[in-house]
Amino acid sequence: MSNLVEVRNLRIEAKTDAGRLVEIIKGVSLDIADGEIVALIGESGSGKTTVALSLMGYARPGCRITGGEINVNGKNMAALSEKERARLRGTDIAYVPQSAAASFNPSSTIMEQVIEVTRIHKLMSPEQARQRAVELFRALSLPDPEGIGARYPHQVSGGQLQRLSAAMALIGDPKLVIFDEPTTALDVTTQIDVLKAFKSAMRAGGIAGVYVSHDLAVVAQIADRIVVLKAGEVQETGSTAAILSAAHHPYTRELLAAFEPKPRQAHADADAGTKQLLRIDNVTAGYGAVRDGLPLIRAVDSVSLVVEKGRNLGIIGESGCGKSTLARVIAGIHPAAAGAIVFDGKELQRAARKRSHDQLREMQIVFQYADTALNPAKPVEDIISRPLAFYHRLDRQARSKRVDELLDMVRLPRGLRYRHPSELSGGQKQRVNFARALAANPKLIICDEITSALDTVVAAAVIELLKELQRELGLSYIFISHDLSVVEAICDEIMVMYNGERVEQITPDKLTAPTHPYSKLLFSSVPKLDPTWLDGLVRDPELVNQYGHR
Amino acid sequence: MTIAHATTSRRSFLGHSYSVVGVVAALVILAWTLVAILAPYLIPHSIGDIVDDDYFGPMRQGLWLGSDYLGRDMLSRVLMGARYTVGISLAAVSIACFSGVVLGMIAAVTGGWLDTCLSRFLDAMNSIPSKLFGLVVVAAVGSSIPVLILTLAVIYIPGAYRFARALAVNINTMDFITVARVRGESTAYLIGSEILPNIIRPVLADFGLRFVFIVLLLSGLSFLGLGLQPPLADWGALVRENIGGLPFVAPAVIVPSLAIACLTISVNLLIDNLPQKIRDRDA
Repeated sequence: MSNLVEVRNLRIEAKTDAGRLVEIIKGVSLDIADGEIVALIGESGSGKTTVALSLMGYARPGCRITGGEINVNGKNMAALSEKERARLRGTDIAYVPQSAAASFNPSSTIMEQVIEVTRIHKLMSPEQARQRAVELFRALSLPDPEGIGARYPHQVSGGQLQRLSAAMALIGDPKLVIFDEPTTALDVTTQIDVLKAFKSAMRAGGIAGVYVSHDLAVVAQIADRIVVLKAGEVQETGSTAAILSAAHHPYTRELLAAFEPKPRQAHADADAGTKQLLRIDNVTAGYGAVRDGLPLIRAVDSVSLVVEKGRNLGIIGESGCGKSTLARVIAGIHPAAAGAIVFDGKELQRAARKRSHDQLREMQIVFQYADTALNPAKPVEDIISRPLAFYHRLDRQARSKRVDELLDMVRLPRGLRYRHPSELSGGQKQRVNFARALAANPKLIICDEITSALDTVVAAAVIELLKELQRELGLSYIFISHDLSVVEAICDEIMVMYNGERVEQITPDKLTAPTHPYSKLLFSSVPKLDPTWLDGLVRDPELVNQYGHR
Repeated sequence: MTIAHATTSRRSFLGHSYSVVGVVAALVILAWTLVAILAPYLIPHSIGDIVDDDYFGPMRQGLWLGSDYLGRDMLSRVLMGARYTVGISLAAVSIACFSGVVLGMIAAVTGGWLDTCLSRFLDAMNSIPSKLFGLVVVAAVGSSIPVLILTLAVIYIPGAYRFARALAVNINTMDFITVARVRGESTAYLIGSEILPNIIRPVLADFGLRFVFIVLLLSGLSFLGLGLQPPLADWGALVRENIGGLPFVAPAVIVPSLAIACLTISVNLLIDNLPQKIRDRDA
């Protein structure tokens, strides 16, 4: 056997609640050589995580490995007994989950959890294990490697926790590590540190890896080879450089194309002119106790901004910078403590409750998670038609007609109106979410990270849709995101927020030359498709110290 | 491999999957309901008539369930008892759950001082032992069917309130509630149209469970002599008045006990096995 991993004709079946069997992995074959990092890439539902988990001989509840061979280090994982598999997990194969925060036990220290593997498999004495863990912490460039193990999971940042879960995986000296979207939940500035740490640790140990992701740019930095999956089948396999430069399969090309949304053509701003739609002046909002009329913990600190009619403002910043709070302040969900909000020439009350019906109607907010923004107990039709009945007092027939129009507008088949949100895909849900906002006939739509939970291809399609609707309906958007490429594609102005304050406002064409140091760090941290980008990246250490959250 | 043969006893029908146990339990409950409704037409003897010349008579032709401590027909008394047990409990549980759930949802949606006041008040109510509360009320105003229904309802409102509020608070933090709020919707719409459909299943389960509690509490009160007054008798009262027949293995004491067990267990099994909607459309 030449390769560390040889998967041959793998088939996995899932059983639906009606008892029907569905084949979700349809004969996948792949090889991984010693020390090689292979990326599994594809949209959600393509089976990439299922394939990765099957390398440990594991199938999620309701799923069954029905055929094929999974040879890892000379052993067929599919044929082993559960006991034998358990012996290999943690020593031969290790797993780094998507959300480290959810996979650490909050009630015991990090060190306890990192060395647990050595205890279970009786690999070494606890003292040795602790020493080894500290070495790993150092290799993964965690701050204070000696002391961090004594902390509890909530006392370290998300990026650190992700690296700690890698330490947990590496401590058993595995030959293969499975990374399941480990950086998807992180900010770009943090993602870089984590990626660098992973890459150097894997390279130093000569460990083979499987990296599951839907972000082609991240994968380009870390993988030697890329396997593109769709609907449970391998579409294309090749070296990273080959896939990036000369993809053959249409789906791969689509992925590549989606990664770089076409920059927005110069805005045809003829009649719209310079009429202000929304202006906010020195708005401050926050949480916690109030002193002198201002909250002690300020999420938004004296922020001013202007949105012009028919134009879009992007707000960008890392998580916790106050961008979502700002959106909620504008919408009146979280009333501001100070400052003025002027919408369409009239000053708005700070709390939504006190605003008039029309003011509420003209400003709509669309949330990030369509899963929680749509009532799971109602069919799509009811969800979209409620604003029609509520604001426009349409009768049943008129509502039904308008629902059809709205579904057409967001490019959803009309038949979908009878479905419940749980029966829709992520992209479809987000479209329904958007259609509900459109149903109100708004002038301004606040989009709070609406593409963040979507796959690249789907997100690109949603952005295109937004642009089209803007042309047809003369809408304005406030587009909040942590993803620079998304904001760049749709916005006329971009505002950078850091720590509750507005640090800079620039136009997309000047993105290459930001003036504020934080913007510089942020913009330089966005991964590029170029595989050499991460290794060649030189960041000003002073900037990183000042603004990076290591 | 993994759990593959978990749900073998489920059948599917009309887009829902049913378990056999649930169907059987539902049939038992349906049967008791029919008995409760049709009891006056089913009973062979009037419940007050003494038809046997012996007391605690055994099962025999004509007296299918034997006779009670006065020689009255047990079958008639059990059939009529179903009426009172099921009827009073159902009325009480409906009042308790309706008020509790509505109050709970209002408290969750409104929050603030209303929530605090309601919660503390109902917590205080909850701290009164239920049997003792029933005792005091019945002792004070006497025992009649409306008093029993209201007392039982009041005893179970705090529980229903707590349960509904806990569920509604979780739903209340979801974005679709925020969306409805910024749309300017009223509290009535929020609780009726956005929250209720999402908590209705656990609320129904709670309804069933609370029904069982009420049947047992009513039986308990009747057993203590505080429930229905003779010659009317629910199942609990039947057990009490015939407890003297226990040494004789008289059916008069066993049958009403079995009836209580049969109804409460069926309700429990039904709520644990409610039909589930099948989401797989292609099946």
